[in-house]
Amino acid sequence: MTADGQPSRKGFFTDTSVCIGCKACEVACKEWNMVPEDGLDFLASSFDNSGRLGADTWRHVAFIEQREPLGHQDAGVGRPEGGPGPVDVGMPSFELPGQRSAADGAGDFRWLMSSDVCKHCTSAACLDVCPTGAIFRTEFDTVVVQEDICNGCGYCVPACPYGVIDRREVDGRAWKCTLCYDRIGEGLEPACAKACPTDSIQFGDLDELRERADRRVRDLHGAGVSSARLYGEDPDDGVDGAGAFFLLLDEPEVYGLPPDPVVTTRDLPSMWRHAGTAALVLLAGAASAFVGRRS
Amino acid sequence: MSMWTWLRSWPVLRQVAGDDPMGLGSAVKSERSDRLLPRTAEADRVVKSVCPYCAVGCGQNVYVRDEQVIQIEGDPDSPISRGRLCPKGSASLQLTTGSARRDKVLYRPAYGTDWEELDLDTAMNMVADRVLRTREQTWEQEHEGQRVARTLGIASLGGATLDNEENYLIKKLFTALGVIQVENQARVCHSSTVAGLGTSFGRGGATMFLQDLQNSDCIVIEGSNFAEAHPVGFQWVMEAKARGAVVIHVDPRFSRTSALADLHVPIRAGTDIAFLGAIINHVLTEEKYFRDYVLNYTNAATLVGEDFRDTEDLDGVFSGFSERDHTYDVTSWSYEGVEVAAAAGDRNQLHRTRKEEGQDIGHAGRPEQQGSGGAVIRDGGKEDRTLTDPRCVFQILKRHYARYTPELVEEVCGIPRDVFARVCDHLTENSGPDRTSAFCYAVGWTQHTVGSQYIRTASILQLLLGNIGRPGGGIQALRGHASIQGSSDVPTLFDLLPGYLPMPHAHEEQDLDGYVRAAGYPHKGFWSNMRSYTVSLLKAWWGEHATAENDFRFDHLPRLTRSHSTYDTVMAQIEGVCKGYFLMGENPAVGSANSRAQRFGMAELDWLVVRDFSLIESATWWKDGPEIESQEMRTEDIGTEVFFFPAAAHTEKSGTFTNTNRTLQWHDRAVVPSGDRRSDLWFMYHLGRLIRERLQGSQDPKDRPLLELTWDYPLEEGEEPSADAVLREINGHDAKGRPLSGYTELRDDGSTSCGCWIYCGVFKDGVNQSARKKPGGEQDWIAAEWAWSWPDNRRVLYNRASADPEGRPWSERKALVWWDEDSGRWSGYDVADFEPDKAPTYRPRDGAKGVEALSGVDPFIMQADGKGWLFAPAGLNDGPMPTHYEPQDTPFTNPLYGHQRNPTRLLYQHELNRYHPRPDTPEADVYPYVVTTYRLTEHFTAGGMSRWTPYLSELQPEFFCEVGPELAQERGLEHGGWATIVTARNAIEARVLVTDRMRPLRVQGRVVHQIGLPYHWGPNGYSTGDAANELMSMALDPNVHIQEVKALTADIRPGRRPRGPERVALVEEYRNRALITERTGTER
Repeated sequence: MTADGQPSRKGFFTDTSVCIGCKACEVACKEWNMVPEDGLDFLASSFDNSGRLGADTWRHVAFIEQREPLGHQDAGVGRPEGGPGPVDVGMPSFELPGQRSAADGAGDFRWLMSSDVCKHCTSAACLDVCPTGAIFRTEFDTVVVQEDICNGCGYCVPACPYGVIDRREVDGRAWKCTLCYDRIGEGLEPACAKACPTDSIQFGDLDELRERADRRVRDLHGAGVSSARLYGEDPDDGVDGAGAFFLLLDEPEVYGLPPDPVVTTRDLPSMWRHAGTAALVLLAGAASAFVGRRS
Repeated sequence: MSMWTWLRSWPVLRQVAGDDPMGLGSAVKSERSDRLLPRTAEADRVVKSVCPYCAVGCGQNVYVRDEQVIQIEGDPDSPISRGRLCPKGSASLQLTTGSARRDKVLYRPAYGTDWEELDLDTAMNMVADRVLRTREQTWEQEHEGQRVARTLGIASLGGATLDNEENYLIKKLFTALGVIQVENQARVCHSSTVAGLGTSFGRGGATMFLQDLQNSDCIVIEGSNFAEAHPVGFQWVMEAKARGAVVIHVDPRFSRTSALADLHVPIRAGTDIAFLGAIINHVLTEEKYFRDYVLNYTNAATLVGEDFRDTEDLDGVFSGFSERDHTYDVTSWSYEGVEVAAAAGDRNQLHRTRKEEGQDIGHAGRPEQQGSGGAVIRDGGKEDRTLTDPRCVFQILKRHYARYTPELVEEVCGIPRDVFARVCDHLTENSGPDRTSAFCYAVGWTQHTVGSQYIRTASILQLLLGNIGRPGGGIQALRGHASIQGSSDVPTLFDLLPGYLPMPHAHEEQDLDGYVRAAGYPHKGFWSNMRSYTVSLLKAWWGEHATAENDFRFDHLPRLTRSHSTYDTVMAQIEGVCKGYFLMGENPAVGSANSRAQRFGMAELDWLVVRDFSLIESATWWKDGPEIESQEMRTEDIGTEVFFFPAAAHTEKSGTFTNTNRTLQWHDRAVVPSGDRRSDLWFMYHLGRLIRERLQGSQDPKDRPLLELTWDYPLEEGEEPSADAVLREINGHDAKGRPLSGYTELRDDGSTSCGCWIYCGVFKDGVNQSARKKPGGEQDWIAAEWAWSWPDNRRVLYNRASADPEGRPWSERKALVWWDEDSGRWSGYDVADFEPDKAPTYRPRDGAKGVEALSGVDPFIMQADGKGWLFAPAGLNDGPMPTHYEPQDTPFTNPLYGHQRNPTRLLYQHELNRYHPRPDTPEADVYPYVVTTYRLTEHFTAGGMSRWTPYLSELQPEFFCEVGPELAQERGLEHGGWATIVTARNAIEARVLVTDRMRPLRVQGRVVHQIGLPYHWGPNGYSTGDAANELMSMALDPNVHIQEVKALTADIRPGRRPRGPERVALVEEYRNRALITERTGTER
C-alpha cells in the first residue's frame, strides 16, 4: 500500500541467472488461467517447444545454448574461482572433430534459460490503442485484458513493442498475462511466481523488486559475472519502465527481446498536436481566404 | 437496481464523471473484473496432499468445491518444497481431472480384437476366480524336496507410485496367496541403492535429507540429472550455492543441472568407478582423509583374513571366484577370525557358502556364534590403529586403488587430468571438521551391471572424507517415484519382507530359528533384534493364529529358491511358467529394459490385470503394439485375457508416500473417485475379501494363510478400506492394542504386533505422526514436526558421527548432535541416531550381545561392528571393494584387468536378448556409439503420468535423441530431422537435436561419441514416440538384479526406421553383420 491507501505497483522480477528451465511457470500459468494447450510442435530449438509468447502462452521459457564460460550462470556469489574465461568469438577451428574433447573445454559452454512474460509497461501501447475499453490499468498498475469486453478488433496486437499480446484463433479475442489479477487482489502470488522452484520469478512491490534486483546485479558483478544486467527496470526507457523486468546474462537480443523497445503510441500526442495545428492552420487559411475576399 | 446505479455503471458516464477521463483505468473496468475472485477463494475446503510425481514429496493444497477438485497448488507450509511445484506438480490438476483418465473397467477376452465394457463387480469376481484357478494349477508345495508352498504362476509389478498402505496390502495378500513374484519400480530404479548404502552404513536409505543440502560446502551431483528430475528439491542446491558452496556436475551430457553448476565434468557413461576410485586414491595417497573420523568410525583399522586376494592379484577377480558358475565364495573376504553379517545386501550369502561346503547349520562358524568376534576385533588386537598393517582395511584399500590414477581417469573416462584435479581439490578442501561435502546421485549410478558398487565407491569416499552423518554431508539417493523409498521399506519386492527382513529361502530356513540364524543374525547392533521384528510382523499378518507353539505361523510364508526378480519373471512368462500378471501403476511394455521381451512375455499369459489412469502400452500391446505392426504377432492369436481397471488418483485416496528423505507424508482424500476408479487399497482389500469368501470352509492347508490372515479393515465411503487403520497396523501395537511408540518396544514373544518395524513410531501416542503439518516457517531447519521420518523421526542418519569420539561436535559450524554431560543424554538439533543415554565413554563388557555390544563411539548402529564399511567383508556378491569393469555393451577394453566386465553379472542368453560383441573384435564397430538414457523435467518415467497430460506433452512433444555436431556430421544427421538407432535388440526412431551439449570425448586415444535418449515415450497417449527401452538388454547387477540401461552401445543412422517386418529385418541385418550368436558378449 502506498501512503494514500492505494495498492502499490506490483510486478515481476525474473532473475534468469537462477532459472533451471523447468517450465513450471508455463504450466502453473496455464492451469490457473485455464489457457488452452496449443499444439504439439517439436521446434528443434534447444528445449523450447513453446516458441514465443502468444494468446495461449503467457509465460515462455527461452533456451539459448552458447559457447561461453559456464561461470556466468551463477546463483552464488562466493565462487572460489575468478572471473570469466576466454570467450569464443566464433572463429573457425582448425582441429579435427573431437580432437578437442568436451572435457578439455569443461566450463566453456553455457545454457541460458529465461522465462519471458508480458512487461506490464508503464506506458502501454496496447492499452492506449484499445478502442473498446477492454484493456485497462488496474489498481496494481498492471495492464489487463477484460475477456468480457474484448471484441477481437486486434488493434493491440501490432501496438505491443514486445510482440506479447495476441489473438486466440478460436475466439478471436486478445489474451495475455494478467499478472494473475484475480489472485493478487486477494493477496496471493501469481501462479508462475508461486510455482517457480528456484525463485527465479519473484513477485512483489515494484519498488522493492527494483532494489532487490540492483543488489543482485551488484553481487553478481562482485563475483565476476560482469555480463549481468537488468532489462526493463529503467523508468526512463522507451516504455517508461516495465512492471515485469529481468536480470539477463547477455544482450536482450540473445533472449529474443527487443534491445530498445519504444511504446508505439509514444508519438501519438505530438501527432495529434501536429494534426491539430495543421487543422488550425487549414482553418486559419480558409478563414483568411474569406476574410481576404471581403477586403 | 436504481436508475442512477444503472446509469453509473455506464462506462462513458464513468469516464466523464470520474477521475479517469482517458478511459484507461477504473472507468472501463467491467462488472466481471470488479467481481473477480480467485477460484481458490470459493473452495469449500482445502485438503492437504502430496505431489504424486517424483520423490521430493512436495506439499500440495487441493482446493475442492462442490465435491470437485478445482485447483492444486504448492503448500507453502511444507519445509521440503516451500510451496513450490515443478511443471509436473503444477499439472496435477490436469492429471487428476483431465479427460485422459479412463473411468470404466475394460475387458479383452482371449483372442478378442477389441475392448468390451464390464461392470466393476463382475470384473473383480472374474479376477478372483482367475487368481484361484491359476494358483491351483501352478501350486508348488515342494521344490527339489524342500517345502516352498508357493506359486510361480502369478506375478505382480508396481507399487512405487502407490501409498505405503497399498504396498502393504499387496505384499500381505500376495504372500498369503503364496505369490512370491511381487516386484515394483524399486527393482529397476534403486535396488542397488539398498545394497550399496546398506552394506556401507547399515541402512539402505539416503543418509541425509534434501533441506540439509543447504548446509553443504561442496555438492557433487553425479549419476543424476538433479535439476531436471527433482526440480523442487534442487532449490536446496541453489540455496547452498547462494551461501557459497561449489556445485559440480559429473555427467556424460550437459543438462539443465550442468547449466547451474560451477563445473561440468563430461564423463564416458559407465566409468564412474574409475573416476571415483581415482579420487579415493588421491585422498589416500595425498593424505586428505579425515583421520580421526576414519580411525574411529570406519573399519579402516580392522584386519582382513590372510586368505583374501585382491583384483590386483587375480587380474580382475577377488579370491573365492568360481569360474564354473561365476559366483563368489565370500568366506575369504572376512575379517581376521570373524564372520560378519551384512545388514543389507545378500544376507543369505554366507549361508549359501556354508551349505556348499556341506557344513552343518547347527555347528558351522555362524556369525551369531562368533558374535563375540566383534568384541574380539576391538579387544583382542585384531585392529591396527596405526593403519599400517598390510592386512588392515586401510592398506588393502590403498593397494586396491593404487592404479586408479589421473592418467587412468583420462584414459578410461575421457576426463583430462587438470579437470580431475579440480574436482579433487574442491572435494577435499570442502571436507573435514569444519566443512562438509555431499554426493547426490540417482539412476545414473544405480542402473549398471556394477550398480551397487557405484554407490559403494561414493560411500567409501564419503567415509574417508568424514562426510557421513554430518550436516551438509552425506549421500543423497534421489528417488524418482512418489513412494519408491516406501515400496522398498514396505516392499513389493520378491526378496524382502517389510523393514528389509529377508524373504525366507527354502533351504534350512524351515523354521523361525533357522531363518533368524541363516539370515545372518549378528550379535551386535540393532539387527540382533531381528527375531522381535519378524515375530511382530507375523503377529500383524496372522494375529491370534500366530503363537509361539506354531512358530508364529512362520510356515505361512512361501519360500524362495532362487531369484524371482521382474526380469526373471519376464523369462518365466516367455517360458509359460508365469500365467497371471498384475500391473499396479507400472508400464513395463515401455518402461522396463528390453520392452520387446516384456511384450513377448505378456503375450504368453493367460490373464493380465492392468491398473492405471489411462490405456498405457502395457494394456494395449495385443491390439496395437510394435509386434502387431511388424506382423510378428496377430491379435486373433493372442490368448491373453486383459482387464483394465481405472485407478484412483492421489487426491482420491488417503495414505502415506515415503519421499527421498525417508519421510512419510500423509495425504488426505479430497474427493471420492468417480465411475469405476478405485484406489489400489480398495482393489487389494476387495480382491482379498472375494478370495477369502470363496475359500471359506476350505480344509486345504495351502488356504490356511489366507483364511487366517488379518483382513478386517474398517470401510469408509465407497467401501474404501481405512488407510488410517492399515497404517496403525504397520505401526504396531502391544498385547492390549495400544499403539507402539518405537521399534525398541518390539518383543519376540508374540506380545507385540508390527507390520513394518522401521515404521514403528509413525503412530506414536496414537497420533498419526505422518500427518503432522506444522509449517516449516515456524520450525528450525530440521523441521522435525513436519510429518515423520524413519527411523524414529531421525532426519540425518548416523548423526552420532557429527560428534567426535568424546561426543563433542567436530566443529561449531558443523554441530548437529552432541553428548550433554549434564543430562546424561545425547542432545542436538536432530533426534540422535543412537541410544539416547549411551555415553561416549561406554565400552561393552566382554561377551556383550546385541545393542549392548556397540560402544559409545560406534555411529553405524545397524552394522554388526558399528563401523562404516570401507571394505565390505560380506553382503555383496561381486566384491568387498568396487572395481572398474566395463559395461556389458562397450566400445572400449578395460585397461586394468583381463576380466573386462563384472564377472558375476547376470545374463539371459535368449533370442530376444542378444548382447553386443566384445570391444576388441572388428564386429564391435557395428555398434560404435555410446548411449545413455535420462529424464526430462517435462515428463515422468515411462510417460503414464505425463504423455496423456496436454500441458506437459506440449512442452516436450516428441521423442528425440541428442547428438553432438561431430557425430551429426559423421553420420549425416540433420538437426530437427529423424534418426534411427539400432542395437541387437531393436531399432527405434527419434527426432534429432544436434547440440554442443553432447560433445565427443577422447578415450584410449580415440574419439567416442555419446548419444542421449530420454526414455519417456511409447506409442500410446497424446505425445507419442518410440521407447528407448526397446534398445536395452537384460544384463543385471548380481546383487540386486537391476538392469544396465545407463551405458550401452548402438548405431545411429539418418532417417526414420523401417515400418512393418522391415524393422525386424534391419535388426537382423545388424546382428548378422556383427556375427552375433547366443554366446556373444557373455565372456566373463
